[in-house]
Amino acid sequence: MKNLAQNIADVPRSVAFRPATILVPWLACLAVALGVHHYLPMIVDEYWVNVFRRMGVFVMAAVSLNVVNGFAGQFSMGHAGFMAIGAYVAAGFSYYGSLYFRGEANVDDFMIQGTLLMLVGIVAGAFAAAGAGYLVGLPSLRLRGDYLAIVTLGFGEIIRVTLELTGKQVYDAKAFQDAPLSTLATLPFNGSTGFERVLPYANLFWVWLFVGVVCVVAYRIKNSSAGRAFLSIREDEIAARSMGIDLTKYKVRAFVLAAFLGGVAGAIYAHTGVNPSPTDAGFQRSFDIIIFVVLGGLGSLSGTAIAATLLTGLSEVLRGPESIVNSPAGVWSLAGIALALAVGSALLKAVGNRGWRVLAVASVAPVLLVCFAYLAQWLATAWGVKLSDYRMILYALLLILVMLLRPNGLLGVREVWELFGPEKPARRPGAVGPGKEPAP
Amino acid sequence: MATFFDTLIATIALGSLYALVALGYTLVYGVLKFINFAHSDIFVLGAWTSFTSAVAVTTLLDTQGVPPWWVGALVLMLAVLVCATTGYLIERLAYRPLRKAPRLNVLITAIGVSLLLQNVGQLPGYPVVRDNVPPAAATADASAPAAQGQTLATLPFGPTPRSMPQLLPNAVLNDSAVASGTITAGSGRGQVRLDQPIEILPDRQYALVVTRTVDGEPRTTTFRLVGIEGGRIEAGTDIGTQPRRDPIDFENATYRLVLSPVVALRLIDVLIVVSSIALMIVLQYVVFHTRLGSAMRALSFNTETAALMGINVNRVISITFVMGTALAAAAAFLYTQKYTSLSQPASAVWVLLGLKAFVAAVVGGIGNVRGAVLGGFLIAGLELFGSTYSEVLITAAGGSSGIGTALRDIYVFGLLILVLLVRPAGILGTVTREKV
Repeated sequence: MKNLAQNIADVPRSVAFRPATILVPWLACLAVALGVHHYLPMIVDEYWVNVFRRMGVFVMAAVSLNVVNGFAGQFSMGHAGFMAIGAYVAAGFSYYGSLYFRGEANVDDFMIQGTLLMLVGIVAGAFAAAGAGYLVGLPSLRLRGDYLAIVTLGFGEIIRVTLELTGKQVYDAKAFQDAPLSTLATLPFNGSTGFERVLPYANLFWVWLFVGVVCVVAYRIKNSSAGRAFLSIREDEIAARSMGIDLTKYKVRAFVLAAFLGGVAGAIYAHTGVNPSPTDAGFQRSFDIIIFVVLGGLGSLSGTAIAATLLTGLSEVLRGPESIVNSPAGVWSLAGIALALAVGSALLKAVGNRGWRVLAVASVAPVLLVCFAYLAQWLATAWGVKLSDYRMILYALLLILVMLLRPNGLLGVREVWELFGPEKPARRPGAVGPGKEPAP
Repeated sequence: MATFFDTLIATIALGSLYALVALGYTLVYGVLKFINFAHSDIFVLGAWTSFTSAVAVTTLLDTQGVPPWWVGALVLMLAVLVCATTGYLIERLAYRPLRKAPRLNVLITAIGVSLLLQNVGQLPGYPVVRDNVPPAAATADASAPAAQGQTLATLPFGPTPRSMPQLLPNAVLNDSAVASGTITAGSGRGQVRLDQPIEILPDRQYALVVTRTVDGEPRTTTFRLVGIEGGRIEAGTDIGTQPRRDPIDFENATYRLVLSPVVALRLIDVLIVVSSIALMIVLQYVVFHTRLGSAMRALSFNTETAALMGINVNRVISITFVMGTALAAAAAFLYTQKYTSLSQPASAVWVLLGLKAFVAAVVGGIGNVRGAVLGGFLIAGLELFGSTYSEVLITAAGGSSGIGTALRDIYVFGLLILVLLVRPAGILGTVTREKV
């Protein structure tokens, strides 16, 4: 009975129905989102809560871009455009929806309906972005490498200019309720000023829930037959084609999937208390996301997520390093993290897990961060040099240095959990290669 | 029809600038096979170096109005020198260590270099040139409070948009003088009284070139006449001018009343086109008729074989970089003379300009020198004609103004996509087939 499905359909074991494997990741997402939502505001203040919301958006953006850039190796530079489409469609749903159903959107007594509108908007925004991804992917197939990069960049710019040309936003609920469809036909997204007064329904819970969902979906894609097809296209198109992989189909699929997930990221972004504006579709935002992906490692989901988290956090720390030094809670929590990582590393080493090296390296990072914050404070008081002025310069130098010293990014194509596991047996002297028996 | 010819002249001028920048992209792509994203920032560096040195030189000489011609040449040389050095350093420090790395890594490094240049450029900066004091003294005690006068230029360039001093005479070549004489002041601010009757043609623009003496030196200013209708104007009638000046300024100044042409041909446009074409001819000669050029072409064809044939690959790549950046610097200098308001170094305006030049290189066929020139003119034409005429059509159809102008980027990137779909290697590019 247990293997009924397997026996009837002759489905191989790997894709047979296994409730635990399917359900556990989603439950984990829910748990993480609830945990973050509940405990984070206790540790950090309002400002850092907002930073964590933005961080979540960037993680989603970077992970979704990794599907097309990392897995399929198609260098897309217009990802911010897809995100902006998702953002505008979702913001349109929640703003004009509130205007239509409620008259005036007030967060407190319209919270549940507003959140529902946002969720509908997220789905709609994701599908709209996926449609745009299909439109971009289809003609781009004939192009490779740099050409593809520049065409996708051009598409992103076209989206930006189109958003700048949209009509004036409607604030008057009565006017909108009278003629909702003819108003929407003018694309009332407020042109270059940016869509205003989109309510911040996406609190920490929703942001991090969707971070989890996007990551799980991306991981499932990576380990599906489509994901393997993507990877083979990335390695060698001609070899992939000769193995019977339909290049056209899979390239478009990669584009559509990445745009869909990017649309989700954009839709969440629109609800984090920012005004989505046409500059969000510009190439500078696309570059930011590419930087996360490349620094994290093309093809590594966890690496990308870590890079996006660390770089967003780092740029906040560079904005005001003094804030860490001046709050004892900041220093102590960082010291606690460092200590926990060091202890974990020692434990792993004791049980013979090769992951201890990763944790050892990671435990140095908070210490460096605190040292850096003290350095910044010293520079500011002793020399009058505000390091926050040099924030972007340090960021650019970091990017160049990583490219020079660690060209595959933080993790390369590996995932972070692949770095853990039993220690590999030490090679005996005279061994020819890994796993090979030495000649007698 | 006037609109058409105005747009045509603007196209030729802007097209030459695009072509010069596109040549830099195409040269680097030819030898290294990657998009040098930092090239647009080299252009910005050239523009802002031109600004800073122009301000420094004119303040030092204390020139009023248009300085002598060699100031322009000096500023151009300085810009070329600074940009070429920076280009060499970028190649040496950032790109050369990545010679064997995947192209994507070089691309990311280029984005990093671009970010670096942008953000160093817009640092607050130390004042190097101040009003009222000799610049040498100003540099000596830069830390002193700004009581010495207004800061005119800083190094690095700072986050403030600035206005480029005029180094070349902003003359219209094909205007015609109608009358000349002496002004007998006027009755109010911005009003002048001419000493002879004049005949004004309806629907035509007139300009008043006034030469007056300030501190013993002649100073020439051009004014636009406002509020005049066609017909005869008697001597002694007040005529409004723009910009407005106090009537005292005009007392006993000599004037020349000129009829502005329907299509104005400006000296700066002619200079841009002539110098761009000269540079392109020099480049054409270097690439196709010298040993260095053959080395560059060999390198572009196959780096390893070229190295086996005894070509010093690193040296040729460095020289190519220096050539590309020097062209960008020259283009930047000419650009500042035509479009005198400079956006801050990290502004998206500059990046877009660089992107359009890159699009020009791709549309023409990247790696192809003639293609870059063709692409430059094509992109400029599409951009200017497209925006001008769609603006005309949209406003005529009752649309709000500004939409047509905003569409210019869409036209450029639309053309890029179209060309790449029809001819993936660009108009003049050759398709390379990949062999297994």
